[in-house]
Amino acid sequence: MKASAFAYARATSIGNALGLLAAHGDKAKVLSGGQSLMPAMNLRLISPELIVDIGGIGELRGIALKGEVLSVGALTRHADLLKSPEIAAHSPLLTKAVAHVAHPAIRNRGTIGGSLAHADPASELPACMLALGAIIIVRGQAGERRIPAKDFFRGIYETALSAEELLVAIELPVTRKNAAYFFDEFARRHGDYAIAGLAADAVVKDGAFTNLHLAFFAVGDRPVLSSAACRLIDAVITPALMADASAALDEELEPHDDQQATASMRRHLAKVLLVRCVSTLLGRADLDARVA
Amino acid sequence: MTTRPAHRDILSVLDRPNSYIGKTVPRPNLDRLLQGRGLYVSDIELPRMAHVVFLRSPHAHAMIMAIDGGAAKRLPGVIAVVTGKELAAVITPWVGVLSHLKGLKSAPQSAIAIDRVCWQGEAVAAVVATSRAAAEDAAEHVTVEYRELEAVTDMRTALDPKTPVIHSALGDNLAFERTHDAGQVDRAFAQSDTVVEAEFVFGRHTGVTLEPRAVVADWNAAEARLTIYQGTQAPHMVQNIAALHLGLQEQQVRVVCKDVGGSFGIKVHIYADEMATYALSKLLRRPVKFVADRIESFNTDIHARDHRCMGRIGVERDGTITAFEIDDLTGIGPYSMYPRTSAIEANQVVNLVGSPYVTKNYRARARVVFQNKNLMCQYRAVGHPIACSVTEGLVDLVAMKIGVDPVEIRRRNLIADDAYPCASPSGLRFEKLSHHASLDKLLGMMDYQLLRAEQAELRKKNIHRGIGIASFVEVTNPSAAFYGVGGARISSQDGVAVRLDAQGSVICQTSITEQGQGSESLTAQIVGSVLGVSMERVRVILGDTDNTPYGGGTWASRGAGIGGEAALQAAKSLRKNILDVAAAILQSTAAELDIVSNSVVDADDGTPRIELKELARVVYFRPDTLPPGIQPELMATRHFVPREYPFAFTNGVQASWLEVDAETGFIKLLRHWVVEDCGTIINPQLVDEQIRGGVVQGLGAALFEKCIYDERGQLTNANMADYLVPMAAEMPDIDVGHVVSPTAESELGAKGAGEAGTAGAAAAVANAVNDALRPFGAIVTEIPLTPQVILTALARI
Ligand SMILES: Cc1cc2nc3c(=O)[nH]c(=O)nc-3n(C[C@H](O)[C@H](O)[C@H](O)COP(=O)(O)OP(=O)(O)OC[C@H]3O[C@@H](n4cnc5c(N)ncnc54)[C@H](O)[C@@H]3O)c2cc1C
Repeated sequence: MKASAFAYARATSIGNALGLLAAHGDKAKVLSGGQSLMPAMNLRLISPELIVDIGGIGELRGIALKGEVLSVGALTRHADLLKSPEIAAHSPLLTKAVAHVAHPAIRNRGTIGGSLAHADPASELPACMLALGAIIIVRGQAGERRIPAKDFFRGIYETALSAEELLVAIELPVTRKNAAYFFDEFARRHGDYAIAGLAADAVVKDGAFTNLHLAFFAVGDRPVLSSAACRLIDAVITPALMADASAALDEELEPHDDQQATASMRRHLAKVLLVRCVSTLLGRADLDARVA
Repeated sequence: MTTRPAHRDILSVLDRPNSYIGKTVPRPNLDRLLQGRGLYVSDIELPRMAHVVFLRSPHAHAMIMAIDGGAAKRLPGVIAVVTGKELAAVITPWVGVLSHLKGLKSAPQSAIAIDRVCWQGEAVAAVVATSRAAAEDAAEHVTVEYRELEAVTDMRTALDPKTPVIHSALGDNLAFERTHDAGQVDRAFAQSDTVVEAEFVFGRHTGVTLEPRAVVADWNAAEARLTIYQGTQAPHMVQNIAALHLGLQEQQVRVVCKDVGGSFGIKVHIYADEMATYALSKLLRRPVKFVADRIESFNTDIHARDHRCMGRIGVERDGTITAFEIDDLTGIGPYSMYPRTSAIEANQVVNLVGSPYVTKNYRARARVVFQNKNLMCQYRAVGHPIACSVTEGLVDLVAMKIGVDPVEIRRRNLIADDAYPCASPSGLRFEKLSHHASLDKLLGMMDYQLLRAEQAELRKKNIHRGIGIASFVEVTNPSAAFYGVGGARISSQDGVAVRLDAQGSVICQTSITEQGQGSESLTAQIVGSVLGVSMERVRVILGDTDNTPYGGGTWASRGAGIGGEAALQAAKSLRKNILDVAAAILQSTAAELDIVSNSVVDADDGTPRIELKELARVVYFRPDTLPPGIQPELMATRHFVPREYPFAFTNGVQASWLEVDAETGFIKLLRHWVVEDCGTIINPQLVDEQIRGGVVQGLGAALFEKCIYDERGQLTNANMADYLVPMAAEMPDIDVGHVVSPTAESELGAKGAGEAGTAGAAAAVANAVNDALRPFGAIVTEIPLTPQVILTALARI
């Protein structure tokens, strides 16, 4: 299929882009990597009147370490994340996660800003933002807002961004001492959106968690930062405690049914991920039913 | 030049010096395709060419109350908005039945729906414009008023009295029923020590060709001729059907089929939208192009499988199989597909269940019902995966029950390699199969005993791997028994014309077609070998009804076996003609001469006598120097069709080695093996790639592919994100081995190989999964084997 006719503007600066967005409101759409926008337009699921291409705005590019904070520009492509030494050194969870995002051809174009703004609940990067406690920086004509990741994702394809705002960058705290991370997902085929996934950021000391952030994805209308994780912090992990945490996780999830998996299958897989995450991070093979 | 004394009477034409037969030679069309010089239908641009977009029904079953194309007609670039009624002025409807499928019935189908739509995706109007984009814009402005009717979607209730009848004139929703009863089934079951019964469920899936269906139809009013450019497997069939329904003589229709981006049986049928495109060209007197987009492909390319089959097997204590029984049900959509019909798949299931085995006791019933879903028809390995999965599933289930190894039960029951000729329980006549030799070879390739030991070792660590084996029989090289006897004008014979050009090169026209299988390559290999001409000097022309002999095309694994033999015989005939001329020029006899490496040579010692180039110069430009009375014929044509056996059956066996994650239900394919017997192998690489490609399609069916309809008849996953095709990362290494039992029906001895991979792959995987799940006591007899299905069987969710 072909997209409906639309007007196209290549923004020259953030200010120029914001001006265009302010003038056209929700009739305009930002074009970043185009990997989600173009398919939707070609399927005529959306027919924006104006496309504002932000691809030429230099200020939106680049990965920079500023003290304890790693700043990543909205236009940073998935492929750049994957091969960035800064990301590998200071936010290895992202390096691991982005390898699960689609295929090389899509990673060469898709951007982190586009992925977060798009907010597909089965996406890897939004969950990582939650696990890592990222700050998402958006700008409108009225100025800049710094939104914690946990407040940014509002539902399926819904975020705190307004139609007149641009996501410009994200800020990530750099990895601390004793940090450990875990990433895994279940997808029918390599590169597919997950049917259940987990991005975890932890601090492990003497065989116990002193901190643990578990961000589940594809099991609700947005990534879920699990509070069940709290039960596992500063605690001796026993099978009974794991059962407890699993039950608590079950309470927090509101997964949906779709063609790949029923809600109950998603719940089941989320719990499997929880066990695998804990047993991997703590080196506790005894917790994992596979190797009983 | 390797010359050795060529005793032509002793050597077969296949092992002549410098033969290409049995060698992996690169395909002659590779460079052209890799350099982007292929010519696919979507590449074709003609002067004044218009583009058609079909407005398609959003409902599975509805009356069309009104269509208003007024607003659309006024939009820029729009040439016409045409309804089914309007198009009926130039094209007649059709009914997809064949007389040898007794009792098969269907209703008249129109190029564009008239008054009523019967599946979601059926075209209700055509919008023709100067570009595809303009036509799509305009299509959004055509308004159609529907009155929804109850949709018949569940095949299990399609025959219930309460269910509406889709075509009231037909009386019920039963399209076709076949029963078969051979031997003494009841007695055999009664005397069996163990009987196992299971229901096997097969998802509906489709072919997903890389290039969608595409047509450019060009009605030239001045010539009163229609040229159809189409990616089809059967150009002469398209010519016949187009002429028939447009009221033309066949000679008024030319079908040109250049490069085709995959077919798999999808492109061997006549689709309503393609017929509409031909008709629109005639109506509008200009070239019209139709290229299906991916959503249209999912909604209208034929679907396949979608069977529910009850199966029963009986055995004696020692594992001897006593009987098979099946009751198969399939839903084919609202019409039987034209012209090959939608009864063939169920018919094949009845034909093929139990076919590798000795038992003669076999009872079968197959019922084919109408539903308000897209049409189903023949797709790669028609019926085979179902028959194979049911047969081999039953064999493994019963073996498990009586505690016999899957290999052992097969050894005990497969037809012995020296028992041929013989017949199957359904009456199929087998010339020569090699089940035991194939199984032995397979076990060696996979190191069966070692694999079993590894499996047992890993079980202790809670790693659950499984081995699955599936023997199969494949139908290839069909004679007129397939379609011709039922009244279809689908040729089962093929023709090849070869001629020497003025520089001693060869031009070869064949009626088989190329969709990637390597038809061009195998034809050039055969012609080059038989003639003694190097392959670079053989140019193969295919896919043009004006420029090739009449024939069937490429489908049902027939190209190499039938078209290849025609090529061989044509080349032999041309060779004789060349040698006759050479004998006259050289004052020798044809018997003393041979052709090797583009030259006529002395048969005894290979001494070059005259180059073909020189011979051609004499024949074409200085015929005055030839002895009187000699009239050279440097062109020869031969046709071929098997006559002794209606089909050349082949056989093979596959094995799968995989791991099931019992906590998540995910399956990881670790390795796959195939041994098959397609008779003479013309090009080992082409055969192996046919097998591998076929296996991958079978693995797609086993694990991923399914057209998911809701209860209202809406196809809910008509896109590449939700309909999962098998991709490289999930595919295992596939090892291919061969046993060679040539058919005596032809000098070439080749049988087909195109569908063997697809025939047995899913059965091997399903058996391996059940083998892996054995400690859990869970049994799965449904494909695709999704994690959801596995977890449900394991009662984890
Ligand atoms: C076959 C395929 C498989 C895929 N698999 C996955 C997968 O497994 N996991 C996954 O996470 N993703 C997957 N994707 C999506 C891919 O990662 C996209 O790149 C990503 O979702 C969007 O990024 P983009 O830069 O392409 O954004 P675009 O497509 O350009 O834009 C997406 C949306 O975000 C808006 N937007 C973009 N940038 C900004 C900005 N700076 N400020 C405000 N709004 C903005 C756009 O207006 C649009 O609404 C897949 C895509 C394809 C085609």
